[in-house]
Amino acid sequence: MQIPLLLEQLLNGLQFGFMLFLMASGLTLIFGVMGLINLAHGSLYMVGAFACAAVAAATGSFWLGLVASLAGAAAAGALVEVLVIRRLYGRDHLDQVLATFALILIFSEGTRWLFGSFPLYLDIPPLLGGALTLPGSAPYPIYRLAIIGAGLLVALGLYLLISRTRLGMRIRAGEADREMIAALGIDIRTLYTIVFALGAALAGMAGALVGALQSVQVGMGEPVLILAFVVIVIGGIGSIRGALFGALLVGVVDTTGRLLLPLALSSFISPSAAASTGAALASMLIYVLMALILALRPRGLFPAAAG
Amino acid sequence: MARETVFNGLMILVLAAIPAAALLFEEPFYLTLATRLAILALAAVGLNVALGLGGLVSFGHAAFFGIGGYVAGILAVHAFNMEPLLPGLPGTKSMPVIWVVSMLLAALIALPMGAISLRTSGVYFIMITLAFAQMIYYFAISWPAYGGEDGLSFYVRNGFPGVNTLQPLPFLLVCYGLLAAALLFFWRLQHSPFGAALQAARQNDVRLAAVGIRPFKIRLTAFALSAAITGVAGALFADLNRFVSPSMLSWHLSGELIVLIILGGVGRLFGPVAGATVYVFLEYGLGGITERWQFFLGLILLGVVLFARGGIIGLFAGRPRHG
Amino acid sequence: MAEPLLQLRGLKKSFGALLATDNVSLTLRPGEIHALIGPNGAGKTTLIHQIAGTLQPDEGELRFAGQDITSLHMADRVQLGLARTFQVSSVLPEFSALRNVMLAVQARQGTSFRFFADVRRDARLTDAAAECLARAGLDGRAAVPAAELSHGERRRLEIAIALATGPRALLLDEPMAGLGPEGSKDLVVLLNALRSEVPMLLVEHDMDAVFALADRISVLVYGRVIATGTADEIRRHPEVRAAYLGDDA
Repeated sequence: MQIPLLLEQLLNGLQFGFMLFLMASGLTLIFGVMGLINLAHGSLYMVGAFACAAVAAATGSFWLGLVASLAGAAAAGALVEVLVIRRLYGRDHLDQVLATFALILIFSEGTRWLFGSFPLYLDIPPLLGGALTLPGSAPYPIYRLAIIGAGLLVALGLYLLISRTRLGMRIRAGEADREMIAALGIDIRTLYTIVFALGAALAGMAGALVGALQSVQVGMGEPVLILAFVVIVIGGIGSIRGALFGALLVGVVDTTGRLLLPLALSSFISPSAAASTGAALASMLIYVLMALILALRPRGLFPAAAG
Repeated sequence: MARETVFNGLMILVLAAIPAAALLFEEPFYLTLATRLAILALAAVGLNVALGLGGLVSFGHAAFFGIGGYVAGILAVHAFNMEPLLPGLPGTKSMPVIWVVSMLLAALIALPMGAISLRTSGVYFIMITLAFAQMIYYFAISWPAYGGEDGLSFYVRNGFPGVNTLQPLPFLLVCYGLLAAALLFFWRLQHSPFGAALQAARQNDVRLAAVGIRPFKIRLTAFALSAAITGVAGALFADLNRFVSPSMLSWHLSGELIVLIILGGVGRLFGPVAGATVYVFLEYGLGGITERWQFFLGLILLGVVLFARGGIIGLFAGRPRHG
Repeated sequence: MAEPLLQLRGLKKSFGALLATDNVSLTLRPGEIHALIGPNGAGKTTLIHQIAGTLQPDEGELRFAGQDITSLHMADRVQLGLARTFQVSSVLPEFSALRNVMLAVQARQGTSFRFFADVRRDARLTDAAAECLARAGLDGRAAVPAAELSHGERRRLEIAIALATGPRALLLDEPMAGLGPEGSKDLVVLLNALRSEVPMLLVEHDMDAVFALADRISVLVYGRVIATGTADEIRRHPEVRAAYLGDDA
C-alpha cells in the first residue's frame, strides 16, 4: 500500500466532499428555512455548468463563465421560486416531490432544446492548470486543490453570513419559527426568494467547477443531487454544519472506499474477484453508511433545533 | 362516495376496453403500449398500499420493481443455459413460479429495509428509502455476473401453463389478469381491519397506539405487501421486454411510480390505473407530436400538483369518504 | 383496603436541569376516581406521558394489575387495559365517529391482521362500537367524519374510543379542557355514570369537576406530590393552601 496513492485519494475525497458541500448547503438551507424538498436542485447545478461552458466558449474566459454560472443559476432559482416553489411551502412533501420532479423534466428537456444532446467541454483556466508535487513525490492537480479552497471559503462565508449579518439573523429566525419572522415584520416572501437564489447560486457554482473536470451534459445534476441528499440526511436536515461534516464524510468514504475495499478483499479472495466485489461494495458504501447512521440516529448527526 | 363508485365502474370499462381496442387495431405496438400500461399500473397499485393507504412516501420502490425484474431474468437465463442457480436449485421459465419468487424476495428485502426506514419519518423516510434503492441500483451496476451496467437479455419470454405468452395478446391478458387480482386485493384491503389500522397510522399514529395497536408492525407489514406487488410487476416488465437492466432500479422509476399515483389520486382504488392510463397516453400522445414531450409532460405534472389536488379522481369525485 | 390497580413507585424524569417528575409515588385503587391537580408547569402532563408510555421515566417503577409495565410500549399497555384520553383531542379526522371507535374494538378483538374481512359488515365490530358511542352520547353522530365534529363532541368521542378498548383503568388528561360550564357539567354526569365500572386517574384544572368526582386527590407541585387525600383533607391541607391555592391564611 503506497502512501502517496492514499494521500492522493484522500485529497480527491476532500475535493469531492467540498463540491458536495456546495450542493448540500443550499439544499439544507432551503429545507431548514422553507421546509421544502427540492429535487430540482440538481437542475440548478446543471444550469450553472451550462452557463459557465457557454460564456467561457463565447468569451474565452473561464472566470467570466464562473460569474455567469453564479448569476445564471441564481436567476433561474429566483424565477422558479417566484413562479412555482412559492406555492409549495406548507404543502405536504409528496406534492413537493412531484412538483420538483416535474421541474427536473422541464429543465433537462429545456436545456437539451437549447444546447442539443452533445456534451460541452470546459477547460481548466490556465492560472489553475498544472500540478503541485506532494510530499512523497506524487503530482497533484492544482485545480482540484483550488476546489477545496473554494469550498473552504464558501463554508467560512456561509458561517459569517448566518452568524454575523442581518440576513443571517433573519434566516436563523426563519428556521426557528416561520410565523415569528412574519410577525417581526420581515418581508418573508423576499427572504425566501433570496435564500432560494443563494442556494441555487451555490449549486450553479458547483456545476461550473465540476464542469471543468468532467463533461457538461444534461442529466449531470442527478447523481450529485442524490449524493447531496445523502449528505444532508447524514448531517441532519437543516444544519449547515451537518452538511459540511456529512459532505466531507461522504466524499472521503466514497473515494477511499473505492481504493481500499478491493485491496482489503484481495487478502481473502482472488484478485479479480476482489476487484469486482470490492467495486460493487464500494459503490454501495455511502448508502450503507447513511442507513447505519439513520438506524442509530434517525434525525442525522446534527439534528437541527427546529422541525 | 357514489361518484367515486361511478368512476370506478368507468375505469373497469376502460380497463376492459383497452385490450379489446388494441386487438381491434391488431397493431402489436398498441398491444405493447396497453401491456406497459397494465404493468405500470400494477407496480403503482403496490406503491399505493404503502403510500396511499399508509402515507409512507417510499422513494425507493424501483428497488422492488427491479428485484422482480432480475428474478425473472436470472431464473430464465439459468433455465435457458441449464445451469443450476445453486447446486440442486435449477432456474425456471414458469411465470407462476417466477411471480411467487419475485414477490417473496421483494417482501423479504422490504422487511429489513422497512424496519430501518420506519425508524424515521417525513423527509428522512423519503430519503432513506431512496438510499436503499440506490444501494441496490449500484450493486446491480457493478456486479458483473448478470450483465452489470449492460443489463441481462433473455431471448424467450417465460411461459404460463395453457397460454402462448409469446403472442402479444395472451401476454397482455396475463398482465391484465394480475392487475385485476391486485385491484381486488387492494379493494378488500382498503375495507379490512388491517386497512383500517393502516389508514389510521397515516392519519394519526399516536391514536393508533393509544387504542392498543403498534403502528410499526402495521406499517412494516404494509411495506412488505406493497413491495411484493411492485415486485411481481417488475417480473412482468422484464418479460415484456425480455430484458432487465439497472434502469429498472433507478430513482427515476421510483419517481415515476409516485407520479402515477399522484396523477391518478393518492389512496384511491383506481388511482394508479387512472394515473398510468393518462401517463402512458401522454407519453405516447406527446411523443407523437414533439420530440420534446418530456418538457410538456413536466408542465402538465406541474399543473396537476399546483391546481388539481387530489389527482384525476379527486377532480371527478371530490375528497374520499370513509363511511 | 383493595390492592391498587395502578401503582407508581419513585418515578423520576428530568429534562436537562429541570426535574419534571421528582420521586412520584401514587396509586389508583379499584372503584375510585383519583384526581391529580397542580398549577401549570407542575409536571402533570409529563407524569401522564410516563404512565401512558409516551415517555420513559429515568428512574422508578410502574405496575399495572400486578405487572411491571415500566418499559412496555404504549400499545401494549392499552392491550393490558390501561386506556387514555388526550389533553388535545386526538382522533382520526378522515374516519367517521363510528369508524374511530371501531378501530379500538378491533384492537381489543385482536383482528388487525385480517386482510380480507370487511369491517363495515362485521356486526361484532359495528355493534360494539355503536354501543360505546351511545354511552358517550354520540349515537346520532356516528356517520359524521371526526374532523367535522364539534370540540365537545370530539372530547366525548375520545371517551367512547377509550371505553371501546375494554379498559380496566382510564387515564383522563384534562377531559374538560375547553368545554365551558354546560359541557363540563354533562361530562361530569357521564364520568360519574362510569365510575362503578372503571377506575380513573383524572388530571383536571376544573376544580368544580374535581371536587364533584374525585374520591381522592393528589396535589403535584414542582414535580413532587405534596399531598394526597380526600377532597376535605386537601381543602384543609396547609401546604396545599400555601403552594397551590395561593392562600396565605
